[in-house]
Amino acid sequence: MRDVAIVSFAQVPNVRRELDRNEVEMLMPVVTEAIEASGIGRKEIDFTVSGSCDYIAGQPFAFVSGIDAVGPWPPINESHVEMDGAWALYEAWVKIQTGQADSALVYAFGKSSMGDITEVLTLQLDPYYLAPLWPDAVSLAALQARVLLDRGHATERAMAEVAARSRRSAKANPNAQLRGDFEIEKLLAEPYLVSPLRKHDCPPITDGAAAIVLAAGDLAKKKCRRPAWIRGIDHRIESHALGARNLARSRSTEIAAEKAGAFAGSFDVAELHAPFTHQELILRDALRLDPKLSVNPSGGALSANALMVAGLIRLGEAARRIHAGEARRALAHATSGPCLQQNLVCVMEG
Amino acid sequence: MAERCAVVGIGQTKHDVKRIDVSMPGLVREAALRALEDAELTFADIDAVVIGKAPDMFEGVMMPELFLADALGCAGKPMLRVHTAGSVGGSTAIVAASLVQAGIHERVLTVSYEKQSESNAMWALTVKIPFQQAVVAGAGGYFAPLIRAYIRRSGAPDDTGIRVALKDRTNALQNPYAHLVFPGISFEQVASSPMLWDPIRYLETCPSSDGACAMVLASEKATASAPGKPAWIHATAMKSEPTMFAGRDQVNPRAGRDCAAELYRKAGITNPRKEFDMAEIYVPFSWFEPMWMENLGFAEPNEGWKMTYEGATAMDGDLPVNCSGGVLSSNPIGASGMLRFAEAAMQVREQAGAHQLDGVRRALGHAYGGGSQFFSMWVVASDRP
Repeated sequence: MRDVAIVSFAQVPNVRRELDRNEVEMLMPVVTEAIEASGIGRKEIDFTVSGSCDYIAGQPFAFVSGIDAVGPWPPINESHVEMDGAWALYEAWVKIQTGQADSALVYAFGKSSMGDITEVLTLQLDPYYLAPLWPDAVSLAALQARVLLDRGHATERAMAEVAARSRRSAKANPNAQLRGDFEIEKLLAEPYLVSPLRKHDCPPITDGAAAIVLAAGDLAKKKCRRPAWIRGIDHRIESHALGARNLARSRSTEIAAEKAGAFAGSFDVAELHAPFTHQELILRDALRLDPKLSVNPSGGALSANALMVAGLIRLGEAARRIHAGEARRALAHATSGPCLQQNLVCVMEG
Repeated sequence: MAERCAVVGIGQTKHDVKRIDVSMPGLVREAALRALEDAELTFADIDAVVIGKAPDMFEGVMMPELFLADALGCAGKPMLRVHTAGSVGGSTAIVAASLVQAGIHERVLTVSYEKQSESNAMWALTVKIPFQQAVVAGAGGYFAPLIRAYIRRSGAPDDTGIRVALKDRTNALQNPYAHLVFPGISFEQVASSPMLWDPIRYLETCPSSDGACAMVLASEKATASAPGKPAWIHATAMKSEPTMFAGRDQVNPRAGRDCAAELYRKAGITNPRKEFDMAEIYVPFSWFEPMWMENLGFAEPNEGWKMTYEGATAMDGDLPVNCSGGVLSSNPIGASGMLRFAEAAMQVREQAGAHQLDGVRRALGHAYGGGSQFFSMWVVASDRP
């Protein structure tokens, strides 16, 4: 395998509703910032790949106008996944592994505020057997949380602690949407949104965009003082049938972590894409994280959850800690689908 | 650096206007199982799945790969979902190939589909206000002005498009999977069919189909134990450019020319007209055959129509194009590009049945999408690269 590193990362401040700028206008500054920070010329980047979803934008071909943010002229080598940008990064990493590229631009965008996002996500479900029942995203997550509670794997207090810690950490993240100090007792006194989930257990609705530049070997060393080397990256999916899965565990995360070499050493930081509080507990378990490990110092998806972007941001945030010399070995995770159906794990080292 | 990769299994569904006999999982599984059977493999032998399709609004399911994971035996495996507009079938195969070329996997299943009967593709293709001014004309309305520009530029005879349609519809009679089949199709029949978007007549346009295509791609090591003749991937290329800007040549787009140039360079091809034995090209409207012949460097600018006119692209011509009947005969949009890639590989593997040519050693698969702005191509050959 070739040595490949994240050499730069940029994101827009995550907001509840971006009214003034469309997706291209949100992307243009982050794409420019990531490219400039990489030190690699825009025209020298060998491959470009993005992640976005038409149903977030509410129109077909959302990614088509997205490439206008890159200025693809003369024509560029370019691809797109209808997935979170973390999987676009995976495709870029594969492309570099083939030797057909030495550098890549990865970007993602999602304006979750364009429609009623919890209802829109229902359209992600099996259209024959599940979607007609119209379970929304929060209700499905609640189902999973209930399994966890019933098995004694979590408590509502532990879930509230995840929310309070995430939003306290987010105070140090200028790009976070939700931040502040919350008292556990007060959180637990709140009514249920969808039992057993309270409002604080759920992610905010977020508009956002992010970009990352990858570079291989010597190029990364030349352009970046402290490249975040990708030592392992893998992703796995599991059954869509919720009844066929053990919702209290994330088997796909376990396999991806094993394949990515996540169990081969300890971490200084982990950025987990856990939109709901109980999902962080499931992921900590699947990833066998040390309870003392710093998880989601950015505030995580509980502080900003732009769909199709939040996973890529986890990779960027983890890399940023390495770039800054704050971490030597970092773990990043991204998820997709109902109840953590699909998961990506990436191990990075400085 | 890259590992060698070959196509060792190919499957496609019967394409039809409405496959009401199968669900979406049933449709993709039909193609996938045929590809696995062709390769004498089962889902258990597959390391990863790469799936592609055009806009999710065609079926009304957001990111349908999530619910199709079960039908494609993906549980516990990596699954990627590609979407690059009309070129997606080709791009999906290229992403799948890169997983093998990178040395990450030994055997990758790649699948693409569209079940267009679930919606009205023309409306799903129309971008709405406030994103841009609605054209409300579908793909034909978008591309007809480009064809008119081509006719004006090249001075091509008016019946060039009719001749392409007649050829592809005649070829489709030899393809058991083709959607549109018109036994005894004639020049007069095409010429007298209703004008939809001047100069595109009804029989010069592609259908809206339900269908799927699948391929098993294997490493050199895994190819050694494959039962059939492999189609080795000699080169792949993808290029994109913006939909519009002042001065953009949409008739002969630079992204297509650059993509072909990169592809030929990687495959060591200097005279494409001579070195390819056949090509499967994405021709959704008849006139795109001459346009793409020029864009791909098979003909000089403004002379692509001569290839059609002189019969060069016919089954017995020097560069047979779309022996399968092409997109004009079957168009499950998300799969249409992969069908081009797969049909090219089928010719190399000598498994095209009644539309098989003799002695195909090297073939081109081509797909395009968006406003003639996304291109994906590959070269497959019988010789190991």
